Amino acid sequence: MDYFLTEEQQMIVDVARQITEELIIPQRAELDETEEYPREILKAMAQADLYGLYIPEEYGGFGGGPFAMVLALEQIARGCTGVATAYAASALGAYPILISGSEEMKQHYLSDIAAGKRLAAFALTEANAGSDASGIQTTAVQDGDHWVLNGTKQWITNAGEADIYTVIAITDRSKGPRGATMFVVEKGDPGFSVGPKEKKMGIRCSATCELIFKDCRIPKDRVIGRTGAGFITVMKTLDLSRPGIASLGVGLGQGALDEAARYAKQRVQFGKPIISFQAVAHMLADMAIQVEAARALVYAAAKHVSAHPNDASKAASMCKVFATDTAMKVAVDAVQVLAGYGFMRDYPVEKMMRDAKILQIYEGTNQIQRNVIGQELNKEYT
Amino acid sequence: MKIVVCVKQVPDAKDVRLDPNTNTLARDGVQSIMNPYDRHALEEGVRLKEQYGGTVTVLSMGPPQAGETLREAVACGADEAVLVSDRAFAGADTWATTHTLSQAIKKIGGADLILCGKQAIDGDTAQVGPGIAERLGIPYATYVKKVVTCENGAIRLQRMMDDGYDTVEMDLPALMTVVKEINEPRIPSLKGKMKAKSIAITTLNAADIGADPDQIGLKGSTTQVVRVFTPQVRGERAMLTGTVDEVVAQLVEKLESLL
Repeated sequence: MDYFLTEEQQMIVDVARQITEELIIPQRAELDETEEYPREILKAMAQADLYGLYIPEEYGGFGGGPFAMVLALEQIARGCTGVATAYAASALGAYPILISGSEEMKQHYLSDIAAGKRLAAFALTEANAGSDASGIQTTAVQDGDHWVLNGTKQWITNAGEADIYTVIAITDRSKGPRGATMFVVEKGDPGFSVGPKEKKMGIRCSATCELIFKDCRIPKDRVIGRTGAGFITVMKTLDLSRPGIASLGVGLGQGALDEAARYAKQRVQFGKPIISFQAVAHMLADMAIQVEAARALVYAAAKHVSAHPNDASKAASMCKVFATDTAMKVAVDAVQVLAGYGFMRDYPVEKMMRDAKILQIYEGTNQIQRNVIGQELNKEYT
Repeated sequence: MKIVVCVKQVPDAKDVRLDPNTNTLARDGVQSIMNPYDRHALEEGVRLKEQYGGTVTVLSMGPPQAGETLREAVACGADEAVLVSDRAFAGADTWATTHTLSQAIKKIGGADLILCGKQAIDGDTAQVGPGIAERLGIPYATYVKKVVTCENGAIRLQRMMDDGYDTVEMDLPALMTVVKEINEPRIPSLKGKMKAKSIAITTLNAADIGADPDQIGLKGSTTQVVRVFTPQVRGERAMLTGTVDEVVAQLVEKLESLL
């Protein structure tokens, strides 16, 4: 369907699509197998200006907001959700600085992030703080001109690859949700180290590790925004980033549909291409309907959250749930259409099915998204 | 450093057809692309600019639609684009083309380094790069697979040979033609695409570049295409059997019958 993109938006799609076709699709199976971080592909994406899409022009970006990111991510994820995750993670890490950082901090970090010279990562999750962010145990204590961090973050995307980490830590436990603060920790800061790479079901070329803070001393100007405002920054970050995760679902779903439909046209059984059997054609039709509906919702939500409305969280969660549940379902169905071949690693759909699962889990499980939507509805209907 | 990259718009090799009536290349409806080797020349020029500073100007001789290829080059990192276009240039062979391009390079103020692809995939002559250098009286190197250094007014490079590579150093200004092995051309950037959309292409005609009317186009070409034809595909074959002496005798007989 035509979404009436502007000329500039169409250019984003074209550039991202070219990278997907020429660089990502030929390498995705090998990257999945070797679990190697896709440095060369990310470098090409940086060179093509894709790292600065959502960053305002005054900080060296393209100024396209979350919608520009959604357009690029969809194309990249059509090729490989692992590469797309590695790419998206830098934006997730940069959003806290963009949303709450001081002017000085933005000037200092954002232009390098926009140029892809330095990658960013976002660190919220801990062993005891997944869906329940109040379980955070990492602490930060002020000591003269420094903050001292202690604790361990878990499952951090881009860990070890990123240079800039936006990290949430408890600064005053007595204040409850107002007692958490976000900091910038840089690669090489004393007391900061990265754990071994996790072994994952999908998105295997993206790097996922622990971040370990052991008396990690950082200068006091590394506080993002006010002390105590950490959770607010996290919430606002997720409002902007979740449409991006949703668009990974659209891209993955589209990729799975493309593979399934192409296969169904050329696979002959009982003397006919299997797409001519209603059982298969209806599956493909349902896949196409769901992917298109997801795309329409994600595009609308990405534009909606860009204006920072009061109900941004609801829109962000709605598109995240719908598009990622769709991706999972469509990927499973794509494997079914390819049947035995689909189960083999010679075809890309089994990887898509493994990759799809994380979309329903990370950046807030889809159950948590429904909680958010439910709470918002509860507020709306007084 | 002022870098000039010569590029040619060619028909996409995936899509080449001959007109069965005229036996010439059917250009209608055939997609045009930047000559693939020129892509590598452009990429190398842009990389040298990024490493050593300077500007990259892309230059092409061709009809107005060759401007599309120049815009594509700008999207991939070129700073300026120059199109030499005139009906009088039509039908040029490499002799006439090198005169035209070398005059154009002089007109735009010369260059410290000129890069070309090793050959174009339509004509396949590999003569234009060296021809430009000869006409400008500057040194050149062909089949370059690597630039080692480019400093202190000289360029050191490696030429790909059948049995290894030569290392060559030339004083600038100089010209080089490149092979595909030299680099992996980049995908156009967003900023490049936006620049490409709005850039004003400098267009020069025969008079602008002070071309010698006797050296351009079909008139200035020393080669003339007399006839183009598709060789008949012959499917017949015969197996000669017997002892060596018998087979040789049969073969000689057949050959004699053809005389």
